[in-house]
Order: sequence, then C-alpha cells, then structure tokens
Amino acid sequence: MSGFLQRWGVFVVLVALWEAAARFAEDAYFPPPSRIAEAAAELWFSGTADTLFLTDVVFDHVVPSVQRLLIGWVIAGVVGVALGLALGRSERAMQYCGPLLTFMRSIPPPALVPVFLLIFTLGTQMQLATIVFGIVWPILLNTVDGARSVDRTKVETSAVFRVPRTQWIFGVVLPAAAPKIFAGLRVSLSLSLVLMVISELVGTDNGIGAQMLLAQREFEFPDMWAEIVLLGVLGYVFNTVLLAVEHRALAWQPKQEHAPTGTTTTPAAVATAGAK
Amino acid sequence: MTTMLEVADLGHTYQAKSGAHTAIDGLSFRVDAGELVCVVGPSGCGKSTLLRTISGLIRPTRGDVTLHGDAVRGVPEDLAVVFQDYSRSLFPWLSVQRNVEFPLKRTLKRAERRARAAEALDQVGLSGAGGKYPWQLSGGMQQRVAIARALAYRPALLLMDEPFASVDAQTRFELEDLLLKVKREHDTTVVVVTHDIDESVYLGDRVLVLTKSPASVVADLPVNLPAVRDQITTREAEEFVELRAEVARLLNVGKTEAITAKRRSDEAQAAKWVAAERAANRERADREAVAD
Repeated sequence: MSGFLQRWGVFVVLVALWEAAARFAEDAYFPPPSRIAEAAAELWFSGTADTLFLTDVVFDHVVPSVQRLLIGWVIAGVVGVALGLALGRSERAMQYCGPLLTFMRSIPPPALVPVFLLIFTLGTQMQLATIVFGIVWPILLNTVDGARSVDRTKVETSAVFRVPRTQWIFGVVLPAAAPKIFAGLRVSLSLSLVLMVISELVGTDNGIGAQMLLAQREFEFPDMWAEIVLLGVLGYVFNTVLLAVEHRALAWQPKQEHAPTGTTTTPAAVATAGAK
Repeated sequence: MTTMLEVADLGHTYQAKSGAHTAIDGLSFRVDAGELVCVVGPSGCGKSTLLRTISGLIRPTRGDVTLHGDAVRGVPEDLAVVFQDYSRSLFPWLSVQRNVEFPLKRTLKRAERRARAAEALDQVGLSGAGGKYPWQLSGGMQQRVAIARALAYRPALLLMDEPFASVDAQTRFELEDLLLKVKREHDTTVVVVTHDIDESVYLGDRVLVLTKSPASVVADLPVNLPAVRDQITTREAEEFVELRAEVARLLNVGKTEAITAKRRSDEAQAAKWVAAERAANRERADREAVAD
C-alpha cells in the first residue's frame, strides 16, 4: 500500500497543482485537468449501455489506431526477431549488412512518411509502413546482439549432442537472446505510439492523431488535451502488460532481489540509450 | 578388448593472420572399450584442441580419429562431452530435468526421455532436483547435472574436458568417486582431459602424458590400482605415489623446455622492440632537425 502511495502520490499532487494553476490562469490553451476529464468523458464514454457506454469515436478512431499500432508492432517483432537471429548467427551476413543497417536506422522514420505516401495507398497501408519501419530497428539490433551472445560452450554443447537446426534456433538461440529481445520490444512499443500519431497527422482524418489535430484546429483545446492524455494512458497500459509478459517469459532468470518490481531494468535502459 | 577410440598421427595447425600455430603434432594413442584414460599435460599444451578433434568439433589438419571403427568426420552420433564450465554448458532457461532431456529430443519420445532423464539424475544423486533451475544448485551439483545429461545420452565414448577444475576440493573428490562408480556400473569408455596430476592417476586406468605445445604423447602409463578406489587409502598406496611422481617428472621436463623456449622468444622480442624504438627515435630526431 505504501508502495502504491509512493508511486502515485507525486502524480496526484502534480495534477492537483496543475488544476489549481490552470483555474487561476484561466488560459484557454491550458484547461484544468477536471475540464480535460469532462471532455474525455464526453468524447469516449457518453455512449449507450449496449456499447458499454463507449461512443462511436472510440470505435471509429481509437480502436483503428490501436489496431494499427499493435499490428505494426507484431509485424516489426516477427521481422526483427527473424532477421536478427539470422544476422546474429552469421558473421558473414553481419559484415555485409552491418553498415546498411546502421545507415537505415539512422534515417529518422518520419522523414520517410512522404515516400510511403507515394508508395502505399493512403491510410492504413502507409501508416503501417511508417510504424514498422520506425520501430523494427531496436528489435532487430537487440536480437542480433542477443543471438551473438550465445557463448562458445553452448554452441559446442549443442554441436556435440547433434541438436537439430530447429531445436538449436528455438531451443538455444532464441531463449538466450530473449532478454535482449524483450528490451528491444519494449523500446519499440513506446516508439510505435509515437509513429502511430505521426502517421495519422498527414493525409487522413482517421485515428487518435488525426482527431487531436482536428481538435486543435477547431480550438477544442480540452479535446486536444484529452487525446494527449489518452496516448499517455495507452503507452502506460501497453508497457505494463508487456512487462508482465516479460516477467513470465523470463522467469528462468536468476532473481535479483535488490531490484524493485515495476521499475525499468538495466537492459532496457541500455537499449533505450542505444536506440537514441 | 575391442578398441573404442584410435587416434593416429593426429596433428592440428591453426591458421591465423599472425601466423600458423601448431597445437598438437603427431599424437597417437588408443583407448579400449570400457577403459578410463586420463590425458594430462601442461596448461596450454593443446589438450582442448585434442578433445575438439576427437569429438569432431574441429577437423584435424593431419592424422585420423577412429571411433569404434568409423572414421570421425564431424561429431559422431554416440559421443558426449562434459565441459569444464558447467554454468555455461547447461541451459539456464531449462529446468534440470529438461536440461538432461535436451539432447534426447532428436531420438526419443517424450515418455522415454522423461524416464531416461530421471534415471540419469538418480545415478548422480540428484533425483529430487529435476524441477529446479541450474542456478539454484551449487557448482558441484550443476556439474552432476552435466554428467547426468551425458549419461542419459548413453554415449559410446564420454569425453570430459577438465570436468572438476571449477569445483572445490571436497566436491572434486565426490565427483571423482561418482565418475568411477558410474563408469564401473555402465562400463562406459571415458577420456578425461586434465592438468591435475593426482586426479589423472586417481581416475585413470591409464595416464597419457603430453608434452608442451605442440602436444605429442611422451608416456603412456598403465595404472595398476584396484578398480574400486578410495580417496584416502588409494592416495596413500605406493603405486599411486610412485606414479604421480613419475607423471610430475615427465610434465616437468616439458615445462623446463617450455620456459627456456619462452625466455628465448621473449629475449628476441625485446631485442626487436629496442631496435624499433631506436629507429623511431632516430627518425624523430631527423624530423626535428629538418623542422628547425
């Protein structure tokens, strides 16, 4: 309980301060949190009982956005892990592709939005392309790193017992790389939120990003802020869920007693630093 | 006695940018079925290279390895290795039971695998630990798991690379006796590579003494100790004491030569450095003179 208070106390105090400051300032650009909450309730939770009080906006904009984000993340995950395992276990392949990868990941993904606009049909296809291209790198590079980390003794042990190829990849390389892969997945998940919004700012009126821009243009500032808060909530929820999955999947790792739960672990911090 | 392993005129030379390095040269020996042979040599003499060529992990640049009559090209079907570094050799994401089952996946059905693994764990005295992860066990117990994994595989030849070098003395004695027990019960053919003279005599039916790198066999000593050995009385036996002295002497000859060779090469290296340094100084002086 005290841990819960500790974690949320500062947050609550800050919101209260913001509320007080915003009410005092009476600035139209910065509505108080209570006003934002009202706008959010109006926007998303004023529906009828048969849709669990969710409005059409939720189904028309929030759901498609989240869908694109998750589909993009899954595609990037599959591509990144598959390619990463292949590259990580082949020194030759990495020598050929290393510079190319470094170059490709150096391109700011939003810069490619105009290109994707040309190549793909407007809307979902182009948005998925933006998300996937933007977030595949942390997964790919972390997987390469993880796949390389299989030590010589494990390689030789597997060779001596003539472990078949599939068992080698899924039974040795993949679990050995798993901690790094999860670190990459986590970085990519937060990046995917960024790219989802960016991809919705151009050429569409569908999605959270588009709705946010629309609210801003129509001077509906509480709505705009509500969308921002929604993005924050989504990011928080995704990260929490992924962390829980990670804890289960990596339960075999020796426990580190001193690391409090819920805080970011060192590999993730390293991966974040590496992704920048 | 049938011959299980035959190594004939084996040699291996590593090619590197810095030049070729011959790790083993003209090694020949033979291991009968059911025998436990210890290979002892000074550290860095090419023992690991020998083990890797026998197990087919690397291909020797000359000579032949034959296992029960078949030439070794690549890793043979029925060979197991216990490595020194048990913490890396075991898979940390698998439970002890699953670690032992791991190499059996290729050939056995699930139920059979289970039974085989349980039996092997029982043999090494770990019947209750199947559900634990390796890191929850002590070092000695982890090496027991690695031994169980090798046993469950039922190899024709069991190779061990410094298997007890990373555990404490007390545990080493226990594991040595465990190995002897298992070997007696199953008639397994075992080759143990070690740098520990006492261990080689205590474990072996024969001790092969290698020279410094490039390794070749200097002596092939039969150990005439009873099959059932005891950590206290065996080590006090006259035969044991004599043999360990003999092995130590043989190893020392190699060592003295190695030290002399190293000193010589060090001196040559130092002379080269001095010459290079002088040349660099001269060049710098010349350059400064020009600049002035």
